[in-house]
Amino acid sequence: MSARSSYLPSGRYVPVLATLALLAVMYGAGALRYEAFGDGQVILNVFVDNAFLLVVAVGMTFVILTGGIDLSVGSVVALTTMLSASLLKDQAWPPYAVLPLVLLLGALLGLGMGCVIHYFEIQPFIVTLAGMFLARGLCYTISTASIPIDDPFWRSMADSKVRLAGYFVSPSVLVALVVVLVAAYVLGYTRLGRNVYAIGGSPGSALLMGLPVARTRIAVYTISGFCSALGGVLLSFYMLSGYGLHAVGMELDAIAAVVIGGTLLTGGSGYLVGTVLGVMVLGVIQTIITFDGTLSSWWTKIVIGVLLFVFIVLQRLIAARGTRSAPAAPESAPLTLTAPPAR
Amino acid sequence: MADPRPILTMTGISKDFPGVRALADVGFRLFPGEVHALMGENGAGKSTLIKVLTGVYDVDQGEIALDGEPVRFSGPLQARQAGVSTVYQEVNLCANLSVAENILIGREPRRFGAIRWAALRRRAAELLRRLQLDIDVTAPLGTCSIAVQQMVAIARAIDVSAKVLILDEPTSSLDAGEVGQLFQVIKRLKDEGIAILFVTHFLDQVYEVSDRVTVLRNGRLVGEYLTRDLSQIDLVGKMIGKELQVLEHLDEERAPAAPEPVVEARALGRRGAVAPFDLTVRRGEVVGLAGLLGSGRTEVARLLFGADRADHGRILLDGVPVSLRTPRAAMGRGLAFCSENRRTEGLVEELTVRENIILALQAVRGWARPIPRRRQEELVGRYIQALRITPADPGLPVRALSGGNQQKVLLARWLITEPRLLILDEPTRGIDVGAKAEIQRLVVSLSKDGMGVLFISAELEEVLRLSHRIAVLRDRRMVAQMVNEGVDADRVMRVIASGESS
Repeated sequence: MSARSSYLPSGRYVPVLATLALLAVMYGAGALRYEAFGDGQVILNVFVDNAFLLVVAVGMTFVILTGGIDLSVGSVVALTTMLSASLLKDQAWPPYAVLPLVLLLGALLGLGMGCVIHYFEIQPFIVTLAGMFLARGLCYTISTASIPIDDPFWRSMADSKVRLAGYFVSPSVLVALVVVLVAAYVLGYTRLGRNVYAIGGSPGSALLMGLPVARTRIAVYTISGFCSALGGVLLSFYMLSGYGLHAVGMELDAIAAVVIGGTLLTGGSGYLVGTVLGVMVLGVIQTIITFDGTLSSWWTKIVIGVLLFVFIVLQRLIAARGTRSAPAAPESAPLTLTAPPAR
Repeated sequence: MADPRPILTMTGISKDFPGVRALADVGFRLFPGEVHALMGENGAGKSTLIKVLTGVYDVDQGEIALDGEPVRFSGPLQARQAGVSTVYQEVNLCANLSVAENILIGREPRRFGAIRWAALRRRAAELLRRLQLDIDVTAPLGTCSIAVQQMVAIARAIDVSAKVLILDEPTSSLDAGEVGQLFQVIKRLKDEGIAILFVTHFLDQVYEVSDRVTVLRNGRLVGEYLTRDLSQIDLVGKMIGKELQVLEHLDEERAPAAPEPVVEARALGRRGAVAPFDLTVRRGEVVGLAGLLGSGRTEVARLLFGADRADHGRILLDGVPVSLRTPRAAMGRGLAFCSENRRTEGLVEELTVRENIILALQAVRGWARPIPRRRQEELVGRYIQALRITPADPGLPVRALSGGNQQKVLLARWLITEPRLLILDEPTRGIDVGAKAEIQRLVVSLSKDGMGVLFISAELEEVLRLSHRIAVLRDRRMVAQMVNEGVDADRVMRVIASGESS
């Protein structure tokens, strides 16, 4: 009668543990091969170079956990850099006005897409694809060229270093860290977060269980839009420019990071820590290729491609094992005997 | 024993759908501490009545009163808050969440907006203990058996101070032991004074748990009875509204089978699915497969049909060895397989009745030779009539049909290909007595016309009634085959239990 449970690492944690193991192996290999690789600063630099991707991937995690997808994130990032640069330089707006405005705009874009997805029951893929073209196109209405940013606040965010026992990170990393912690808390300890998992598990059941499906679904796209805008701000700190060709394909990097981090594309299963690990995996691959110096940067893509395959297959196997072991319980089921009605 | 004042009364309820009057002036009452069975054939209005009660549908006419107060719910959520909870046939929970979360999601104990996990688990465990269930509440729901999932759904339903619990066919996917467990839970809840509305197709379950029966037929109230005052035969009579000859008739006419075999399996087997077995089905013969759930009945059917690849033995058709590697090859050779799971493996719910019926025939012909529309309509019309599919509208999506009629559509699909061997896996599960009798009669008449039938059913009586021969499976092994003469359920059960063909 009691559900078969074991305290072996249950299926839920296997993907995350696999990613962790992969990261450890990659880092170990790098450290063996290149002397300077073992320096702790290398890992921190991975965060410095990928803080924006991490923030975007956090938003993507919410969306994918509900079983959706958000293709617009890269374009929203680009639009944010463009809008910030243009407002700061051409309109000479102060940073404290620009920042809330671009963040709000990103959230509103997400909110709009979420409403269309939910109320018109359209595939998230197609709605966010439209959002992707829209946001990318809007960049070029501002300018077709790159706009440099020389606002003092932006400069200070770009140049300052937060020092810590001989190591340093950029302020962006701290922002990303806060985002990760808040998001992990929301997913693990709030109703919104649990509803996200429930919807990813079974939207129909969630509705019948009386959960606010509409609100939750729209919320995740809003969160993703907000995270994209914040990622865009961090990218503009990093690049000190706004450009319509920034972050081309970043939506795919974000999806790759989330999936490598062990979150199921069909939704309902995954952890935010996995996404952090996924972003680190992507970052470490780039670092290794930079360290080597002889490898073409396209190797990054090749390795990511291979890893994606491996992880999707791994998830498939785990899922298959799960469904096979689940209903197999009533092996010793007694007879079902129903008397014929007419006797 | 029952409180004289009903907790729930529904009076003069009517509900119209475009073109159909689903409920006409139906009355219903429910007493606390009582299990009340709602009976009727598919399409009699049971589901509609429940949906009207829980606010899924609006009421066109009539009054609903809970505890004497008139109520009208806007949806299941509001109904639940008022103390009317529903547990559906399909478990509507999230398999990826833990048992505890499934019970309490939406009303988790919180402090400053943060979920208190320890309190949540404690509370869930308490609720399950109330049902005297010992389940690890941290396990993901997906790892529990369907029965346990069903109990979890009930635990979720009764958490709020439930006064009325509606169980909509909760037993249809459970085996006997699990049903027993569920009934214990029901009895316990009844003792706590909860009023339980119970919908089922299984008559003996009605007699096992219910105190009172309300019968509906064609959207009208037939009557309310005390279960102990109503015999099974009267109950069935009231449900189908016609005399029971249909059901009685079947027995005598079991025409003798012809000697020539249609299909022979020689030491056919597949590792992990079923041990090698010999099985012959002759022309005009009905062979019944008996055995427990999971004993390998479906596996035998799938091997014969080529849905799973056999790794041992061979199949002879008309005495000639053939290789049936795919269902398509099997279909080409005149085999048909009506799967157990009509929703997921059989019907395409979005397509119309006509398209669903034509599907297999079209597949046999290949897509390059479409069946002319005229011919399609003629064929479909004939089978709709022959199988009495209602509503007799070939343009209706299959989704809109009741379970029994969906099953008939599936049967029509295979019959249209004029197979020589028809494999029926649980064709009568979850459908009402009337449709069941019609399908049984159909099997008899098909076999009279020379078709070989392999009939799989969990209902032993049904197997005994229809089959010329019975093959018994036990632990994925065919342990006995017997000619159905003077064989009774006891003997088959002994074989199933002991594995010896005494």
